[in-house]
Amino acid sequence: MARLVVMGGGVSGHTAATFAKKWLGDEHEVVVVTPNSQWNWIPSNIWVGVGQMTKEDVVFPLAPVYEKAGIDYRQAKAVSIHPEGKTDSDTPYITIEYTGQGKEGQTEEITYDYLINATGPKLNFDATPGLGDGKGQLGEHTVSVCTADHAMHANLELQKIFEKAKTQKQKILVGTGHGMCTCQGAAFEYIFNIEHEAKKAGVRDNLEIKWISNESFLGDFGMGGLHMKVGGYVVSSKLFAESLFAERDVPWLIGAHVTKVEAGKIEYELLDGSTGEEEFDFAMLIPPFAGVGLKAYDKNGEDMTDKIFAPNGFMKVDADYTAKPYEEWKASDWPRTYQNPDYKNMFACGIAFAPPHLISKPMKSPNGTPINPTPPRTGMPAGIIGKAVAHSICDMIKEGENAHLHEASMAEMGAACVASAGKGAFDGTAAAMTVYPVVPDFEKYPGTGRDTDYTFGEIGLAGHWIKHILHHMFIYKAKLKPGWTLIPE
Amino acid sequence: MREEEINFAKSDSFNLTMIPGAFARKLRTCIIWQFIRFVVINIKMLVVVSKSH
Ligand SMILES: Cc1cc2nc3c(=O)[nH]c(=O)nc-3n(C[C@H](O)[C@H](O)[C@H](O)COP(=O)(O)OP(=O)(O)OC[C@H]3O[C@@H](n4cnc5c(N)ncnc54)[C@H](O)[C@@H]3O)c2cc1C
Repeated sequence: MARLVVMGGGVSGHTAATFAKKWLGDEHEVVVVTPNSQWNWIPSNIWVGVGQMTKEDVVFPLAPVYEKAGIDYRQAKAVSIHPEGKTDSDTPYITIEYTGQGKEGQTEEITYDYLINATGPKLNFDATPGLGDGKGQLGEHTVSVCTADHAMHANLELQKIFEKAKTQKQKILVGTGHGMCTCQGAAFEYIFNIEHEAKKAGVRDNLEIKWISNESFLGDFGMGGLHMKVGGYVVSSKLFAESLFAERDVPWLIGAHVTKVEAGKIEYELLDGSTGEEEFDFAMLIPPFAGVGLKAYDKNGEDMTDKIFAPNGFMKVDADYTAKPYEEWKASDWPRTYQNPDYKNMFACGIAFAPPHLISKPMKSPNGTPINPTPPRTGMPAGIIGKAVAHSICDMIKEGENAHLHEASMAEMGAACVASAGKGAFDGTAAAMTVYPVVPDFEKYPGTGRDTDYTFGEIGLAGHWIKHILHHMFIYKAKLKPGWTLIPE
Repeated sequence: MREEEINFAKSDSFNLTMIPGAFARKLRTCIIWQFIRFVVINIKMLVVVSKSH
């Protein structure tokens, strides 16, 4: 009997664990180690953040789902990896610290034959003074929608602003809280959902709503933007994004690295080196992401974290990490199998793997401050990669360690993304987009780097319906209800 | 002044982009048109999803 241990029960890890258990059956063991007791459909946190959904609508308890599936669930956080075992045993293991199941604070060792790291991002609020509380959590001056609890808190604060806006002017600032953030899409959705709700509440005229982000142009989204065919033209996402912001009367400040957050005020540096301040009554700023801080040790207990993880804390996989200038970046730099180069029984999927470099063009202010979005790894790639990794491991278990590995390069895969711009069965809108491939391949598609037959975007009610259906479909799938495998990632 | 054109004058950056007219905006929430778009977008997305797996 082989044991697969999956660290992280989010989008990617849950996909990997559930497929692996289905394919391996009772002959082999699947263990999930994750600190959360509930699974969260993160994209719908946006609607929790504007009061259009409750926390209960976007989460469900993991324990009964894993029990039904026959998965050994440990509500704990992984702390360290020991791929070579210890001095008296060659069996690799991880150490965990329980966060629930009545064992809070207890530590344990779990041995493994195969390991998946799907621990996602650490929300690195403390990277910007004042954005965090100095202890790794969200600070007191701004709100976040990155977790369901954050989103509930964001809505409470937002409703206070809407109340005040009935009689006085209020200013709302939404965007990224650091020069190296990703996930601009979430902030984009939040700002337009606020704008939509403000109109519905009749307070839009008293609200100044402003966007601030680290993108060098609006519509970059950490993917270097995208080009789509519209009305016989091939046009940049910049034009579309700017159009939406102008239509909804939302001015933008871009190329911005937020340097400090205080009560009601942020300070920032721009790509041209200038600095400035922006006041606010309510601000939602996405934090930068980092790896969750796992440690790695060799057989003798020597720290080898640097060997396994990149400096940003994400795990090294089969990517080409050679430092090279933007002009020399290639689609083939991106990983295909997500196998760790040193330990072949170890894989990383979703946000947890270290990308070889940015996708957007790297930018620096004259003061040397890097200000550019880091690469997004959205839900669809996170799910597809998780499934491919599970497939590879199942084949290795059944056919031996030289089994052919399954591939899922982000330079050969597309992504479908639906960005909500306001909720409502008849007056809601969302930007429905597909991009193919996620990482542009300028050798294959000279010019835009992408196949414009499969890269498109349009805004409308249809997009909102799709977003709403996806909410129910993915929660249904994650609960492993009948036919769950038929729903694509 | 047409309602949809007012924002052009609000800033230089607004002035240099495109803003949809009344008809294009109406289509975004027109149930019949959006039902057709719903079918078309779903097909397009399924093609991209199937190419990616
Ligand atoms: C507000 C918001 C809106 C978004 N909207 C969209 C959208 O519309 N479409 C889209 O495609 N993507 C969207 N995304 C991105 C999407 O949520 C991510 O791409 C996806 O969640 C990544 O999956 P993951 O499994 O890598 O990470 P996660 O889903 O974050 O899962 C990581 C898991 O690891 C666990 N973990 C953390 N530390 C440890 C540890 N030490 N040991 C064990 N487990 C650990 C965490 O608790 C978590 O359960 C959005 C993101 C945000 C924040």
